[in-house]
Amino acid sequence: MRVLLALSLVFATLPARAQIRTDTTPRVTTDSALEARTSAVASQLRCPVCQGLSIQDSPSELAQSMRSLVRDQLAQGKSPDQVKAYFVSKYGEWILLTPAPHGFNLLAYAVPILIVLGGGAFIALAVRRWTNPAPESPSTTD
Amino acid sequence: MNWRRAAIAAALVIPVVVIFSRGMKIDPREIPSPLPGNPAPTFQLAVFAPGQPPLERPIGDTVRLADLKGRVVVLNFWASWCLACRDEHVGLTQVAREYAGKPVQFVGSLYQDTPGNGTQWIAEMGGQSYPSVNDPKALTAIDYGLYGVPETFFIAPDGKIARKITGPAPPQVVRHIVDSLLTTSGSP
Repeated sequence: MRVLLALSLVFATLPARAQIRTDTTPRVTTDSALEARTSAVASQLRCPVCQGLSIQDSPSELAQSMRSLVRDQLAQGKSPDQVKAYFVSKYGEWILLTPAPHGFNLLAYAVPILIVLGGGAFIALAVRRWTNPAPESPSTTD
Repeated sequence: MNWRRAAIAAALVIPVVVIFSRGMKIDPREIPSPLPGNPAPTFQLAVFAPGQPPLERPIGDTVRLADLKGRVVVLNFWASWCLACRDEHVGLTQVAREYAGKPVQFVGSLYQDTPGNGTQWIAEMGGQSYPSVNDPKALTAIDYGLYGVPETFFIAPDGKIARKITGPAPPQVVRHIVDSLLTTSGSP
């Protein structure tokens, strides 16, 4: 749903964007690139206020301040990993929406896979048992 | 008894129980901060609320953490729109007065608010004994890993963050922490 909304917004603003691109091509290209990088990093950082949202999506003032800080640090030449490392140093790994794949966090990646594999094996065994019932023992008669 | 099935069941269930027992000991609302034990982030912010004698600082004066090295610093983030901040305000104001003349500095830092609102709020609350500074764009708040207000950081004389309290800071807890930091530093 979000993808459809985003696409409709993109197509709706295409004429305006084309005009802007014609008038101020160099500046928009730099700002657009910085904004794209900012959005990419901000989408990976959790909003401390609206904890289920990224700071890219959260309307809170703190999220806006953090986004601004992300933009400033990227503009200063820091890499996305360095920017994320800064926020992790302040808030802990909790600030990352996707847990870093090390230590106990690996369970978050491994458990779903194990559950799918285990469930699939269970279903396979169960189906096999249902479709191939054990033969009945022959009755003994005199 | 089918020991094979029992062993398989145990192998599946025991790890799940261990994981859940670990998770259930964790309060999901408590988010540990990585800052305690590390050097406090530097700041230099302008005073907008001077406080009261003998702890007051002139409006417009710059409070620099670097200038407070050797003292216990109690840095309290607050806002006029913060209901919980009202719960701790009187206590903090009183406790700050008790440490006048000692190497302790209480500093309030305004969070996501305007100095006008902050000044009005202080007046409504009956005054504030220590100065408060303004933190535009919340850069210092982010530097301290703030989730919301109120949050209080206790900075030891060596410049490291000793403790962090999330939520209203009870006066007796503030006294206990400040006294322990003074004792550790050898100050009376």
